[in-house]
Amino acid sequence: MSDKKILQLDQIKREFVMGSEVVKALRGVTFEVKEGEFVTIMGSSGSGKTTLLNILGCLDKPTSGEYLLDGVNVSKLSRNELARLRNRKIGFVFQSYNLLPRTSALENVELPLFYNPGLSSDERKVRAMGALSEVKLQGREMHMPNQLSGGQQQRVAIARALVNHPVMILADEATGNLDSRTSYEIMALMQDLNREEGKTIVFVTHEPDIASFSNRTIMLKDGRVVKDTQNENVRSAKDALAALPPADDY
Amino acid sequence: MSIFRFILLALRALQRNKLRAFLTMLGIIIGVAAVIAMVAIGQGSKESIQTQLSSMGSNMITVLPASNVSGGVRIGGDTYQVLTLDDVKAIQRQAQYVSEVSPVSSTKGQAIFGALNWPTTLQGVAPSYFDIRKLTIQDGVSFSDADVATAAKVCVLGKTVIDNLFPSGESPVGKVIRFNSIPLQVIGTLVPKGQSSFGQDQDDIILCPYTTVQKRILATIYFQSIYASAVSEGASDAATDEITDILRTTHRLRPSDENNFQVRTMEELIKTLSSTSSLLTILLTAIAGISLIIGGIGIMNIMYVSVKERTKEIGLRMSIGARGIDILLQFLVEAIIISVTGGIIGVILGVTSAKLITLLLGWPTLVSQSSIILSFLVCALTGVFFGYYPAQAASRLDPIEALRYE
Repeated sequence: MSDKKILQLDQIKREFVMGSEVVKALRGVTFEVKEGEFVTIMGSSGSGKTTLLNILGCLDKPTSGEYLLDGVNVSKLSRNELARLRNRKIGFVFQSYNLLPRTSALENVELPLFYNPGLSSDERKVRAMGALSEVKLQGREMHMPNQLSGGQQQRVAIARALVNHPVMILADEATGNLDSRTSYEIMALMQDLNREEGKTIVFVTHEPDIASFSNRTIMLKDGRVVKDTQNENVRSAKDALAALPPADDY
Repeated sequence: MSIFRFILLALRALQRNKLRAFLTMLGIIIGVAAVIAMVAIGQGSKESIQTQLSSMGSNMITVLPASNVSGGVRIGGDTYQVLTLDDVKAIQRQAQYVSEVSPVSSTKGQAIFGALNWPTTLQGVAPSYFDIRKLTIQDGVSFSDADVATAAKVCVLGKTVIDNLFPSGESPVGKVIRFNSIPLQVIGTLVPKGQSSFGQDQDDIILCPYTTVQKRILATIYFQSIYASAVSEGASDAATDEITDILRTTHRLRPSDENNFQVRTMEELIKTLSSTSSLLTILLTAIAGISLIIGGIGIMNIMYVSVKERTKEIGLRMSIGARGIDILLQFLVEAIIISVTGGIIGVILGVTSAKLITLLLGWPTLVSQSSIILSFLVCALTGVFFGYYPAQAASRLDPIEALRYE
């Protein structure tokens, strides 16, 4: 873990105007994430988790406060600059995978590269193949999403998040649609990416079980950080997987 | 960001939704095909009217005596005697825009063969008259300049005369008929022309050398009219002016004098008829154009549905780095590809159906290049125009909302 700061949030506030009422979703959130950290952001619904995620993902801008992503002040960027930032610095992983239907795994993974001019189609293909092998999906490049299991689809989505070599992977309830066995598989993959490749991961979840696989947990409540703890004994997802009762295989 | 990638992207998207892409195209296909086929029918009928007129002698110019004043009394044109052989010769010699010229000296009378007789018109003309009026010989021969020189007693019969004098169907060529008291040998027959546009029977006629009529029947040196043909339809006006100048000289008219003759062309007739068919073309094009617009609205409709349906895809693309312009281009290129492909198929279908119409219904059609280019351009513009709004709507989506859209 280096000392380079990937995320710097300072007094982030976000307010929504709903008719005549002003809803304060974030009431001043401050924290930093260093390169190579595996952070989970936890909180019940209504805690401002989603709003924070949107801001971290550069999909939304804070009403006030400073947010620096890899040293870039996001608050000052235009819509197009935000899009470019999302493309180069962030790899999104969603709860519902969001793969394009009737589109092969390879093409799905290539998608972010489409918006990265200066890459030839051969380069795009090579990088997409590389990303697919990182998530251990070699040989399934030509499968359509509906020919893949939920876990495999999520791994395609992770490959898509990795393909542009982002500074951070931002996962939004990435295991929310999966059973515990597949969830552990995904978490094992995340841990590998974090430990072996030094990827910074920010993982939003509401399951404490999932949070136990990360190095650090940030707890949100009513738009404020109520707890920010380093996880002393990180569980290994691989061990957890092995400890599961053998699947009644078919 | 090369447009080529967006074309590939759009092709992939269409490939995934072949049926819908085809149904969207259908509106454009029918629109373009209709424009081309309709314009082809309109142009074809215009063209055929013009060729028909041309075959009737649309470059024909007639010179008639004008009414004139003689001692305070206005004299009707048809009884006024001014046109002579000198006029004909002067026109022949001097006029550059006139290709043929023939005097006409005609008289009414009774044609008699054996026990049968028929009232008809005997027209004394020069051999060039056949070219001017586009008359053709069916059987036998026409008379020659030598026949004119000798005022030969020969004639060519029109169909109505033949039907009435030779009802049994025998060939009249070589027979001798009488016109009033003059015996004339039949040397040829005319291909029937039918009625003129004014309801005149053009086949109720006997043609013979003008000298025969002038010397043997009317005993006059004047002609009722002079027929000439301009070198082309477009030269009609120039030829008219020329003839007017020449005749004013030969008639020794002072600048202050009125013309004692009138020169007429068929141009009015051509204009009227071709403006009628132009109107037809405009009408057909308007109908077809409306169907093209409906096709365009079809594209807009489908593109809106497509944007709605792919909201989540748009959200995803935006979240992984697509800018508004990227999304705009994606949908716009898709709309343009649909309309251009539809346009190409429509052109092929339109040309084919124009050919089929000619083949099966026998209607004349003329596929003009301009109608192909125009309808193709219109449908490409339709794609841009009707594709732009849905594409713009897509590009303005909020990525957060779009991602959550179910």
